[in-house]
Amino acid sequence: MIRVVLPAHLRALAQIAGEMQIDVSGKATQRSVLDAIETRYPMLTGTIRDGVTHNRRPFVRFFACEKDLSHDSPDTPLPDAVAKGTEPFLIVGAIAGG
Amino acid sequence: MSAVRVLVGTRKGAFVLSSDGKRQKWDVAGPHFAGWEIYHIKGSPVDQNRLYASQTSGWFGQVVQRSDDGGKTWEPVGNQFVYDGVPGTHQWYDGTARPWEFKRVWHFEPSLTDRDTVYAGIEDAALFRTTDGGQTWQELSGLREHKTGSSWQPGAGGMCLHTILQDPKNHERLFAAISAAGAFRSDDNGKTWRPINQGLRSEFIPDPTAEVGHCVHRIAMHPSRPNVLFMQKHWDVMRSDNGGDSWQEISGNLPSDFGFPIEVHAHEPETLYVVPIKSDSEHFPPDGKLRVYRSRTGGNEWEALTRGLPQKDCYVNVLRDATSIDSLDSCGVYFGTTGGQVYASADAGDNWTAIVRDLPPVLSVEVQTLA
Repeated sequence: MIRVVLPAHLRALAQIAGEMQIDVSGKATQRSVLDAIETRYPMLTGTIRDGVTHNRRPFVRFFACEKDLSHDSPDTPLPDAVAKGTEPFLIVGAIAGG
Repeated sequence: MSAVRVLVGTRKGAFVLSSDGKRQKWDVAGPHFAGWEIYHIKGSPVDQNRLYASQTSGWFGQVVQRSDDGGKTWEPVGNQFVYDGVPGTHQWYDGTARPWEFKRVWHFEPSLTDRDTVYAGIEDAALFRTTDGGQTWQELSGLREHKTGSSWQPGAGGMCLHTILQDPKNHERLFAAISAAGAFRSDDNGKTWRPINQGLRSEFIPDPTAEVGHCVHRIAMHPSRPNVLFMQKHWDVMRSDNGGDSWQEISGNLPSDFGFPIEVHAHEPETLYVVPIKSDSEHFPPDGKLRVYRSRTGGNEWEALTRGLPQKDCYVNVLRDATSIDSLDSCGVYFGTTGGQVYASADAGDNWTAIVRDLPPVLSVEVQTLA
């Protein structure tokens, strides 16, 4: 079970409150987590990563265990603490604007 | 008893304003999709409770929302807008070639005959259509693939396809307008397109009378006379009496012929409305006076409509999709401002009142006249 924290706008879009808990098949990576999210919440398709290229949207960041994982390969295993569910995978809308 | 529903898209959400046919007391519902930019909401002429909304965000991209109960509840539908084939390039502001890239939906135009068919005008400029209620979208690529497409450049707001008109008497005929490419017409239901910009003159491009490159801001038609088109261009208000084959200027005595929207009265095909803006570099009303101008002569002769509108210290703008009309016996006229006001006139523009005054900046206004 992976714990995922979405930004407020995406929680509203998916109509969920608080943390999302999601099962992934195989190794926990950015790709497998996002695949699982989009399968369970199809309305989020295209909002975190491009719906066709699967590239991370430019103003979306991925954090976990106090590290910025945004520029990791989507197939890099997530930290053990995320895979075990002791730490959440944070999907964050980048600070932008004034 | 007739009623009116005003669909308002703003920088920070959607609002639905409702009134009975008197249009004096209004119920304000919203914000829906709070915090998101709502570029446009429009209802199906076939089913008034079927609405489509373009919900966008610089962070989270494009969402398309659909309602089947007049905007009380919404359901996200398909948001994949994939250009047909290898899209190639268009020109960027500096004249360099730039790949076509989907950014957002500017405008939805639901079909006149089928509630599940909707046209979508997007940035970077292209026309898409769904026939399954928004679940999937296909490009009508003949427009973007026109031989001039690689030379199109964005206007200041982006290279958007913002106007889609359907000819109610000839279902094969569609019109579209793009900033800053110009106006286009299809006579085969969107398969092929040709520019219809003869008579336009734009001093800001190297050849002022070029086939394309004109910054058309909005086109309007009256459904009883689909061959007569009215255009608010970047500068100049124009008219065509032959389906866009040629255009003549009708700016006449306007205090400025720069502006964004243009509307036609519901029952008087020669009565037009524009909102003059001072200039392309000063996007606010001339002299700080918010004035709608009405022509009852199909252009050239314009009268200022001011009663109920601020006549001093007003520096808002009215964007291209932010005016609309109802079709009650006494035609209602509506517009929203970048200051968050939505103004309504229940008497064809003679008198105005603000339905709401403090919404986020208004991007679009569409009105439904409910039976």
